[in-house]
Amino acid sequence: MRYCRISLLSGILLLQLALLTGSGIATAREQALPDDYCQWAVTDYAIAQPLCELAGDASRGMAIALDSGRGNCLACHQLPIPDVEAYGTIGPPLSGIGARLTKGQIRLRVVDTREINPMSIMPGFYRDPRLIHRPDKRYAGRTFLNAQQVEDVIAYLVTLK
Amino acid sequence: MMLPDKRLLLLPTLLLALLATATTAAEPRSGYEYIKQSTRDMQDDDFENPGMLALEQGRQLFNVTPAGREKSCAACHGSEGEDLDVTGIARYPVHNGNGLVTLQKQINSCRENHGDGSLPIDHPDLIALETFVRNRAAGEVINVQTDGPMAPLLEKGEQLYRLRYGLIDMSCQHCHDFYPGQRIRGQTISQGMSNGFPAYRLDIGEMTNLHQRIQQCLSLMRAEPFEAGSEEINLMGLYIMSRSNGLKIETPAVRY
Ligand code: HEC
Ligand code: HEC
Repeated sequence: MRYCRISLLSGILLLQLALLTGSGIATAREQALPDDYCQWAVTDYAIAQPLCELAGDASRGMAIALDSGRGNCLACHQLPIPDVEAYGTIGPPLSGIGARLTKGQIRLRVVDTREINPMSIMPGFYRDPRLIHRPDKRYAGRTFLNAQQVEDVIAYLVTLK
Repeated sequence: MMLPDKRLLLLPTLLLALLATATTAAEPRSGYEYIKQSTRDMQDDDFENPGMLALEQGRQLFNVTPAGREKSCAACHGSEGEDLDVTGIARYPVHNGNGLVTLQKQINSCRENHGDGSLPIDHPDLIALETFVRNRAAGEVINVQTDGPMAPLLEKGEQLYRLRYGLIDMSCQHCHDFYPGQRIRGQTISQGMSNGFPAYRLDIGEMTNLHQRIQQCLSLMRAEPFEAGSEEINLMGLYIMSRSNGLKIETPAVRY
């Protein structure tokens, strides 16, 4: 099931932005969503349905997680990948994540973890682009990763048992 | 009907804990404490510190009398800047009754009064002059006014500091309040203090002022940076300088 969902938390953020900057940001919600953005729904702290009903590919997902220009999960997380020079220490290690969380729970963490922890530093890789404040023009209206890339990363993470 | 998930009950506690971290101001620590020993050594050795080139350039500009004019900066402040009030320098940015005056703005207004004309905020000559002037106060404790007319400006600066920006969608607070000491990939995050600026940046191999550093962090977040000299950047710069109150001026520092 897909339906438009603007969460309470996102609403609070918008309000906070609107209060500070007045008119500029308040218009964010009136902007149209990009055509290729697929809606998603949260139930029990998980997103059960794959984004846009896509199937992910684990090996592509690993490459995306490593790539500093794409997922760059390594910036903050340790991953069980040999020969990596430096991992970040901001987030918890992701080794064994497939055993700790279900696929749907992992999907929510990658799509927009603010649904669980509104203060989280972790970027929402498929966050509603209208909620992004002052994006560089090159990235306006875009998500951090596209739906296929998100599904690829998830397909990779579930293999980390 | 289903009972709410256990984690739902945990959430308010978690939020409170996070808010508590956000509001208790940590003891300020210089970026110096977070950089590698080799970088500290580079900063501490006048011959190794690349920021000394900007300092020398600043010294020359300070002493040069522009063609057709009578006075150099040195004519009023001494050739080594020995007549500058160093505790006064450690107070910048200051409020002059009308608004905020950054050290850059003060230097520019001296230049205007003496016919030199003001320089763009990111002009290498202005960075060099600011480096020379702030270095006169090296070792002085930063002491920005936080009460009176500054209070509402600081509040605005802090709000800007706590806003999320760009595709990466983080606030300054995320990195510099919540995670100092942690590594983002290979880089250790500091408290984002301003006591070393203008500073030599190893990452880009250039001298930068505080405003450029703020812009670079915004670009890092794939955000549209505030313009040089804009109100937002002045307010953020003020807030950051007030966070640095109590730290000693280290200009020119060497930083990542
Ligand atoms: C800027 C830092 C940062 C980046 C980049 C980042 N994360 Fe995270 N991540 C965190 C933090 C911090 C947490 C801990 C929970 C929180 O703070 O919300 C977390 C939690 C998680 C969790 C839940 C872990 C658990 O044990 O419950 C998963 C799964 C996850 N991240 C996956 C990813 C993936 C996949 C990527 C890249 C596509 C990524 N993260 C990029 C900071 C980050
Ligand atoms: C994704 C993490 C991250 C975010 C978000 C971030 N910064 Fe930074 N910042 C860094 C890193 C990494 C450095 C270089 C290491 C250091 O000095 O902390 C840095 C350095 C700095 C410094 C220089 C500190 C020194 O001693 O040289 C300042 C000032 C600063 N940031 C301000 C800001 C401001 C203002 C914002 C928000 C607009 C911001 N930062 C957002 C990661 C971040």
